[in-house]
Amino acid sequence: MNTILALAGVVIKELYRRKDFYVLFVLTAVITLLMGSVSFFHDTGIVRYVKEIALLLIWIAALVIAIGTTARQIPAERENRTIFPLLAKPVTRGQVIVGKFAGCWLACGLALMVFYVFFGVVSGSREHYWPVLSFFQAFWLQWVMLGIVVAFVLLGSVVFAAPSSNATISFIVVLGILLLGGHLNQVALQQPEPLRSIVYGVYFLIPHLEWYDVRDLIVYDWNRVGWLDCALATLYAATYAGLLLFGAWLVFRRKPLNV
Amino acid sequence: METIVETRNLRVEYRAQDSGSGRKVAVKDLNLIVRAGEVFGFLGPNGAGKTTTMNVLLGFVNATSGAAFLFGVDVREPIARQRIGYLPELTYYYKFLTAEELLRFYARIFGIPQAQADQRIDALLKLVELDHARKRPIKTYSKGMQQRVGLAQALINNPDLLILDEPTSGLDPLGRMKVREIIQRLKNEGKTVFFSSHELGEVETVCDRVAIINQGELKVEGRVAELVEKHHANLERIFLNIIGYQTQAST
Repeated sequence: MNTILALAGVVIKELYRRKDFYVLFVLTAVITLLMGSVSFFHDTGIVRYVKEIALLLIWIAALVIAIGTTARQIPAERENRTIFPLLAKPVTRGQVIVGKFAGCWLACGLALMVFYVFFGVVSGSREHYWPVLSFFQAFWLQWVMLGIVVAFVLLGSVVFAAPSSNATISFIVVLGILLLGGHLNQVALQQPEPLRSIVYGVYFLIPHLEWYDVRDLIVYDWNRVGWLDCALATLYAATYAGLLLFGAWLVFRRKPLNV
Repeated sequence: METIVETRNLRVEYRAQDSGSGRKVAVKDLNLIVRAGEVFGFLGPNGAGKTTTMNVLLGFVNATSGAAFLFGVDVREPIARQRIGYLPELTYYYKFLTAEELLRFYARIFGIPQAQADQRIDALLKLVELDHARKRPIKTYSKGMQQRVGLAQALINNPDLLILDEPTSGLDPLGRMKVREIIQRLKNEGKTVFFSSHELGEVETVCDRVAIINQGELKVEGRVAELVEKHHANLERIFLNIIGYQTQAST
């Protein structure tokens, strides 16, 4: 556990010492504050649009941070050759995978928390209403979803040598799942066999990241998701993340380390 | 005397990238023994199999056949690496960390308690003369300073065996001298040092025993003084003869 926490600590330090997070946060903050300061036709419901845009920006920023940070972890270790002194210590490749996952996921959680606190302050100051539990639920579900994304990108980082190709492929897959994943079953119904079975297979195989998107509940002040559903969604994410990490370990444990 | 490093009929083959499906033998049935307290020089021209052997000892590469042991433990077990320190050739450590943070990270991996780690970090940074730069990010360090921080990380667990892969490569004469002094100091403390180098003068100065390999095969092994006496030549001449290089004067 000590090794995993030590590895995670290095990843977290890397996140807050690089400019990526600050740039994304400042961009999100500036756009949100600008949108919030504008009044369109004295519409009192404008705050909903501000919330919608702010949450969209938070989702985009979180994905950029998660994918960008994770994609470079193992390739950078190999390129800079730091993997050699690391593995020359009593550290297994499995611990490297789990440590990197823990670091990236925790770093994403910290970044996400900053974004949600900012969002809460902006939204609360406009609406004079503080649905803390709803915000916490949205934060939690998004963070849990990022666990799957981080594990997926980590698997990509041991398969693809270049972080850029891994990041691009990961972005396309994650966006594809978020936008189309929930509709694949309907698409399957309209296809002839054997395409129908294939599309159905994909529908049941992919992790349904779109389930974790509860932005509308916050924007329209709808009721929260049940806590039991939240727990099941967490279990579902943990299962997928575990399977993806297992896959990453299987690939990495036999991978030659020469650059 | 305790055997620290041992290879038994070690053979490493890999798929040759330039010859289709052919396999290249990097190490051929290598038998080596390094005993406690020795400074052992592992020599050979580029591509001789030195780094591959070291990679097997460190668990980076699996042997095709044969076995390798550190402190009597199979190198495939991570615990075999608990008592070793390793300095690779040309490594760029985490640039966003300071030297102190880097050493703390490695200390944590070894499970060294905080108070003990603090003392060890202070002592090591003084030893490698980086105490003044301990709070600076590694990205601001010169090449020599990076190599010295590498040496400090190799010593963080107070290892009984140090494996050094060309530790003076790319260093200026002063940097080389400092690394040599540190190796000498470790030897005086009774540590075992296993290192590869192309600096044969340096090897002659610090090593008790050497092994020379060429094309994956062990060509000669013995005490430096005995080899020099037996071959009536210095280590450089012995090395060149063994690898089959004839100078103009001798031809």
